[in-house]
Amino acid sequence: MITLGHFLVFGALLFSIAVAGIFLNRKNVIILLMSIELLLLAVNVNFVGFSRFLDNIDGQVFVFFIMTVAAAEAAIGLAILVVLFRNRATINVAELDDMKG
Amino acid sequence: MELIVNNIELIAFYLFAGIATAAALAVITVRNPVYAVLFLVLTFFSTACVWLLARAEFLAIVLVLVYVGAVMVLFLFVVMMLDVRTDKVREGFIRFLPVGVLVATAMLVQMIMMIGVQRLATLPLPAEVPEGYSSTEAVGMALFTDYILPFEIAALILTVAIIAAIALTLRRRPGTKHQDVGDQVRVDPASRLRMVSMRSEGKPGGKP
Repeated sequence: MITLGHFLVFGALLFSIAVAGIFLNRKNVIILLMSIELLLLAVNVNFVGFSRFLDNIDGQVFVFFIMTVAAAEAAIGLAILVVLFRNRATINVAELDDMKG
Repeated sequence: MELIVNNIELIAFYLFAGIATAAALAVITVRNPVYAVLFLVLTFFSTACVWLLARAEFLAIVLVLVYVGAVMVLFLFVVMMLDVRTDKVREGFIRFLPVGVLVATAMLVQMIMMIGVQRLATLPLPAEVPEGYSSTEAVGMALFTDYILPFEIAALILTVAIIAAIALTLRRRPGTKHQDVGDQVRVDPASRLRMVSMRSEGKPGGKP
């Protein structure tokens, strides 16, 4: 029998992998964006699991909104990436230090 | 055999969750970004199967359609359009490997301890869904009654995202030829045609 624990552990696994991905691929913006997508997916897994086991549909509605925002974020992020590559001919984060941050 | 039939849901869950986890690991470790995108597609697909097991059919289909169908294709398009030199981008991978694994493991251990798997296992499973229950209908009812305002705001966010993405990437190259419909409609005959009054030349071969 699947329990809520299964879903939460699965979500935690995905979340940890995504955090590790952000650490490992600090130079590559595309992989960073993909890691952010994975983070959001892990959160969504938790929402779906709770929605199932608390028998409450509101969790699924929240997943719907998170997916909306994630799609918008991916579209704008990739647009910024394209403009960045057009202007600088690189997407290496180490070379993008114009703001001296 | 009896054991497998009784636990078929659990076996399916482990299968799909295992594939999703392995594919997520591949996403962050493979060398080629194109492969990373393809593994991310596999992750999303397996997760959609896990959501089906949680009776979230509508969201599972939305995940496949929106993510695999639209967002991941967009990623793939951008990855292939930008010529990413993998060797330069990979530097620092080994250097950050220990700290990345350490942080991720620490977070995982903490979260699993927080979850308290043993105690949540006793959470009673809700009653089986009645005959003819549709998750699409339930989500739709919630969306268009209790959550109608957030739903409209989500539509607004998507519109703003479309406009932002177009505004960011649109550029007019100097020297390209394109139609300006406004100018064409607004054209004035006087600016195109000039009436010149001049003397008649007479018939050829006639009297000069």
